[in-house]
Amino acid sequence: MMAEEFEPKIVAFLCKWCSSAGSDLAGVSRMEYPSNVLPITVMCSGSVSPLYILSAFNRGADGVLVSGCHPGDCHYIKGNYYARRRIALINKLLEYIGLEPQRFQMSWVSAAEGTKYTQIIKDFVKELKPLGPQTKLRKDL
Amino acid sequence: MKRTGVFTCHCGINIAGTVDVKRVAKELSDHTGVVHSEDYVYMCSDPGQNLIIEAIKEKRLDSVIIACCSPTLHETTFRNATKSAGINEFQCEIANIREQCSWVHKDMDKATEKAIKLTKSAVEKVRRNESLDPISVPVTRRALVIGGGIAGIQSALDLANSGFEVILVERSPSIGGHMIQLSETFPTLDCSQCILTPKMVEVSKHPKVKLMTYSEVQEISGYVGNFKVKILKKPTYVDPGKCTLCDECTKVCPVVVPNEFDIGLTGRRAIYIPFPQAIPATYTLDIKSCPGLLPIACGKCADVCEPDAIDFDMKPETVEEEVGAIIVATGYDLYDKELMAEYGYGKYTDVLDGLQFERLLSASGPTMGKILRPSDHKEPKEVVFIQCVGSRDPELHCAYCSKICCMYTAKHAMLYKHHVHDGQAYIFYIDIRSGGKDYEEFVQRAVEEDGVLYLRGKVAKIFEDKGKIKVWGVDTLTGKDIEVDADMVVLALATRPSKGAEELARKLKIAMDKDGFLSEAHPKLRPVESITAGMFLAGAAQAPKDIPEAVAQASGAAAKAIAILSQERLFHAPTVAKVNVNLCTGCGMCVDVCPYDALSLKDGKVEVNEVLCEGCGTCSATCLRAAIQVKNLTPLQVHEMIRASLGG
Repeated sequence: MMAEEFEPKIVAFLCKWCSSAGSDLAGVSRMEYPSNVLPITVMCSGSVSPLYILSAFNRGADGVLVSGCHPGDCHYIKGNYYARRRIALINKLLEYIGLEPQRFQMSWVSAAEGTKYTQIIKDFVKELKPLGPQTKLRKDL
Repeated sequence: MKRTGVFTCHCGINIAGTVDVKRVAKELSDHTGVVHSEDYVYMCSDPGQNLIIEAIKEKRLDSVIIACCSPTLHETTFRNATKSAGINEFQCEIANIREQCSWVHKDMDKATEKAIKLTKSAVEKVRRNESLDPISVPVTRRALVIGGGIAGIQSALDLANSGFEVILVERSPSIGGHMIQLSETFPTLDCSQCILTPKMVEVSKHPKVKLMTYSEVQEISGYVGNFKVKILKKPTYVDPGKCTLCDECTKVCPVVVPNEFDIGLTGRRAIYIPFPQAIPATYTLDIKSCPGLLPIACGKCADVCEPDAIDFDMKPETVEEEVGAIIVATGYDLYDKELMAEYGYGKYTDVLDGLQFERLLSASGPTMGKILRPSDHKEPKEVVFIQCVGSRDPELHCAYCSKICCMYTAKHAMLYKHHVHDGQAYIFYIDIRSGGKDYEEFVQRAVEEDGVLYLRGKVAKIFEDKGKIKVWGVDTLTGKDIEVDADMVVLALATRPSKGAEELARKLKIAMDKDGFLSEAHPKLRPVESITAGMFLAGAAQAPKDIPEAVAQASGAAAKAIAILSQERLFHAPTVAKVNVNLCTGCGMCVDVCPYDALSLKDGKVEVNEVLCEGCGTCSATCLRAAIQVKNLTPLQVHEMIRASLGG
């Protein structure tokens, strides 16, 4: 018997004003994407602490996405710039730990970009599947 | 331990078609802290809301989760229902299992699994929510309007006539904007000055309006209901109280520079009045062109000024004002002529832009309404008008349609024919866009009554040859090459956001779109609001618009501002940052990153100004010790949501 295909678990931190609204638009437009993604709406991508990302991996996420407003369009003026700088550092940290770089992504999705959100999730799931489960940072292993 | 109730909505088959709502309700009833769980076909209906209210009362619930559509839709509905049942509205949270689940997935098992996780995640959040009360702030009941064109004037008048004080700031020496430069207006051919000057007079004489011309907004701080504005009053070096408008000063001024009002078709002196109906009616000494303020450098104007109105010692002055709402009506400018070199604008004297042609047509213009070529003052017999110059050209210029050019070009050609009966007007166009009341009829009138020749196609080349301007183009409808020996060419240049609008937008912290126009909060439902609460948009600053649209938006923006100014107090979301002083070391990193200057250090600890804080959480992500957290979205809550999402 064939083993069941690996379904990666993704935690997506979406900012309330752009990316969460963009994912709502994907829903309103009845676009379809894999159900592997669990969205957590935060006020701003700038409020996503590195600890949230580590916590998600620690609790068994196979991939983490942080999505905010496009640079220059932040509802909170400049929160996404801080997010961008912080994420660059987290990338280095994860690389140092030895986690596959594909497991952590950042994107800019506006409230009008339902299609883009859908595509990002589809691509992310596709990229994660060949990697198999994330074990590097998982607590229970 | 909290007593949470979970209410899962079917939304007809919108949710129940893909998510097994019964199973969601069943699984949630076993979740820690959940003492009540049920499902219903439409939770947002009256009976649905009553289910929630009754359950809160009967089961003594202290928090609820509604698993339903996006919180952008019914969060308010359910929070109000919660409140009416006697518990704090912030004890109600939404799990979005429609837009983010049932509508985007097809597999019922997988969608149901996900809906359960999303709902559990929301339960984990609400279990740790604090009860909060909205923060109430007073309202400064005055408004600031930036820009004294037709949009700004209309907004200021609407506000003032509703009884609110208005400060109308205009950066140039007179109000009036571009509309005062126009000759006649489409589609009625009303004289532009004749319909605008009454409004200019009214706004300048209105007891509720404080007019500040030759002034610029320097700095803005504060928040909706309570903005603090610093306005720079540039010195005019002329005391309007003493000036008698005798015009002796301009006669002796030795400097001639291009006159902005006539877009360089005429000259003006360094000391000047922009146009006869200027408001305020006074002279301005343009310091950039003046040879120098010291009497030793020139001083001729002061010498001849009998009432002694010229004061070289006048200094720039910064005025501070407090307002509750701001309307931005900074208007437009035409596309930079330097960027349109291919059409010979700026190179050939008889290639004009639309505004210059307006001045030629205007009864008060440099030629007193006679159409004469700037080069030799002869009447042009063949005039080529070119539309979409810089517009609808994504490769080289602006991708968007400037909207007003089709109509004003038709008007230009029509008025040209009214002045020069034996002349011929050609219009090169891509498409004719004449949507608007009586607009299509107006274009037809230009063609049928005035014999304007419309040629569909782009102009390839313009060059001067033996006193004529040769225009080479193609008529794409017949496929034939066209060559016109024109006496004059008029370019309908693209409409751009006014120069300086970008700098102002940054000061105001309002967003711009990709073309630099100010962004409205929602393209359909919030067209006059900016994304920043308390700041509104009017006129061509937001997008190219004609006069009636600018006036309508200006009145809309004024109504929105009045909705704020007429409140006794405003309420502000209480989900703001909170400091744990025991953990705070006073490092100040959060103070540096706060976009709202809401944090400050006091006695070595951080303090939150709850009125300024917007709850973005940038501070909390920056703090190394979790000493600053946003209420009801604390790191602990997020960690628990992550755990629930991952099924742990």
